[in-house]
Amino acid sequence: MTTPLLTVRGVKTFYGRVMALKGVDMNVNDGEIVTLIGANGAGKSTLMMTICGNPRAREGTIEFAGSDITQLPTHEIARLKLAQAPEGRRIFSRMTVLENLQMGATTGAPAEFDRDLERVLTLFPRLKQRLNQRGGTLSGGEQQMLAIARALMARPRLLLLDEPSLGLAPMIVRQIFDAIKALNAEDGLTVFLVEQNAYHALKLAHRGYVMVNGLITLSGSGRELLERPEIKQAYLEGGRA
Amino acid sequence: MQAGSQDRRVELTRALRDAGVTALLAFGLFLPLIGFETQQNIRNELILTTRLPLLFTIVAIVGVGRLVYSLALDPWLKQRTMRPPQATPSAWRAPVAKWFIPFSIGFVIAYPIIVVAIKGLGGAVKWVDNFGIQILIYVMLGWGLNIVVGLAGLLDLGYVAFYAVGAYSYALLAKTFGFSFWILLPLAGLLSSFWGILLGFPVLRLRGDYLAIVTLAFGEIIRIVLINWVDLTNGYAGISGIPRPTFFGISFNANDDGFAAVFGLEFSPIYRTIFLYYLILALAFLTAFVTVRLRRLPVGRAWEALREDEIACRSLGINTTNTKLTAFAMGAMFAGFAGSFFAARQGFVSPESFTFLESATILSIVVLGGMGSQIGVAIAAIVMIGGTEIMRELDFLKQIFGSAFDPTQYRMLLFGFAMVLIMIWKPRGLISSRDPSVFLKERKSISSDLVKEGHG
Ligand SMILES: Nc1ncnc2c1ncn2[C@@H]1O[C@H](COP(=O)(O)OP(=O)(O)OP(=O)(O)O)[C@@H](O)[C@H]1O
Ligand SMILES: [Mg+2]
Repeated sequence: MTTPLLTVRGVKTFYGRVMALKGVDMNVNDGEIVTLIGANGAGKSTLMMTICGNPRAREGTIEFAGSDITQLPTHEIARLKLAQAPEGRRIFSRMTVLENLQMGATTGAPAEFDRDLERVLTLFPRLKQRLNQRGGTLSGGEQQMLAIARALMARPRLLLLDEPSLGLAPMIVRQIFDAIKALNAEDGLTVFLVEQNAYHALKLAHRGYVMVNGLITLSGSGRELLERPEIKQAYLEGGRA
Repeated sequence: MQAGSQDRRVELTRALRDAGVTALLAFGLFLPLIGFETQQNIRNELILTTRLPLLFTIVAIVGVGRLVYSLALDPWLKQRTMRPPQATPSAWRAPVAKWFIPFSIGFVIAYPIIVVAIKGLGGAVKWVDNFGIQILIYVMLGWGLNIVVGLAGLLDLGYVAFYAVGAYSYALLAKTFGFSFWILLPLAGLLSSFWGILLGFPVLRLRGDYLAIVTLAFGEIIRIVLINWVDLTNGYAGISGIPRPTFFGISFNANDDGFAAVFGLEFSPIYRTIFLYYLILALAFLTAFVTVRLRRLPVGRAWEALREDEIACRSLGINTTNTKLTAFAMGAMFAGFAGSFFAARQGFVSPESFTFLESATILSIVVLGGMGSQIGVAIAAIVMIGGTEIMRELDFLKQIFGSAFDPTQYRMLLFGFAMVLIMIWKPRGLISSRDPSVFLKERKSISSDLVKEGHG
């Protein structure tokens, strides 16, 4: 088997004295959609941020595309084509949609800007009519689309998404998940997805990990995990609706 | 119809009653405070004198003010808040924006000529100097600080430090080495931006309040060093006899090789003043031009993105360290230019010109102008600095308040008052809308492409 695109080995992350990640091992292969589920406060966002170097892992190593990125500053990690749509969207609210997308293309190829722009606007047609609207005035769902579109403008090899379905209507969640699926199938984009919406996430993903209290407790293919009784009980209660 | 006039009458009586009550209150309050005055006579006895005209003037101002407020201002403000926010701008903004800027540029270029035409050669000096050069210095400083505060969102309370570095760099280097203004201008900018980076490093991890405090301290440190390093800076006494800038080597004096003699004109100080006016105008334009250009480049966009969200910036691959440092360096460089101009214009610098009050003035110009809007900053500078300069001209006030009244002493009061008014009227500054740095061109090509493909 070839080496994975992203490998996390024994990573421990601290907030002050509190250990938030207690030795996490996981990996993402090229071309996969991998999801991470877990309760609130389990450390999912922390893992995602640690991969991006903010906060740094105090122990363990993180490798991306064959190079050790554990100690790299965040912006240099981003330049290795590892893009993130962070928790809370974090779009630039006073800047227009187009400017937000332009910021996303910071590490992209300038010559390809128009083509990339067209690609993400095809994926999220709603953004197309709103190019000159200020980011902060978009609806929650549109902001989420913008956050993903902005990350895509960097032409990433790996896209990290932290709870893209947060606070969105089922319709919009479907649209966003469809977009992720399309990106993966058509462009071969590798996606690492954190989700509360366990049912949808596990159905979408090739593989999944379950995190409890800063540790990975379960892993397997999406279908396998969906069948596990403990998962059904803890994460899918009513989640099927 | 009937009901309308009825309403208005009720409103009027209520407004009059309000005004009466307010005037009465003012009378009660100001009678002991202003109406009476104690003075010592030659034998050190206290004697009570009254200042009834002054008292009644103030009471009248308060009463009329209240009347105007309840009849005109209050309904207007209410109407404004009730109106949907997006209804107004687009209708008048487009033509205003189209003509306002070219017209203003034309006006500031023609300003000295207009003033000379009206006031004559001798009388024009004051107007070009106090209202032209003085305001333009602050416009330039406002635009410089705007890069740091308005665009990059880094609250800098010690901006005057870089102004001081520029001024002292010019003063010391010109006096010691005799370099000309034109060599020292870029050098002073360079030195200032060097200090900007020096300040930038320790504050890289700070934001908001903490950053403000550290920059405030930095401004004070520079000023105190200027005061105490007497060997170099001559302390409080300052540096005088700083060489003036020349017009391609021709100086503005009454000698045979002076500007007036060379051009066959009668000597007058106005030529130097006009020259200085155009100099600072050019420097201010340079600041504006560079800022406008930079906003369209990645570095300028990164400044604005940094103001919005630092974490998002980093995850998009922007080096926030460099972005902050360039913002500090850029802002400081323009302050350095302005500083060396200031030194060259005055021929004298002392630490007194670089107090915290100066930083606060520049910052309030940026905030009042609307944080990031160049036109807003320019208007705010004209209002604030022009307003305080006008205070000097209001001699008729002496007839009301007695000859001991010095209007300039009230400039801080006016300053504060104007600030409160603007913040009530426009809480986000005079021009709060932000111009996008890109649009239309890309938009057109994209939308037409996509429409053709039928993805709508
Ligand atoms: N900046 C921080 N400082 C201190 N503690 C933090 C910080 N960020 C997160 N934590 C703590 O670390 C733990 C993991 O938080 P994290 O945000 O990773 O959870 P999560 O799995 O993403 O939860 P959610 O599903 O609610 O988003 C929590 O106990 C949280 O309180
Ligand atoms: Mg989270």
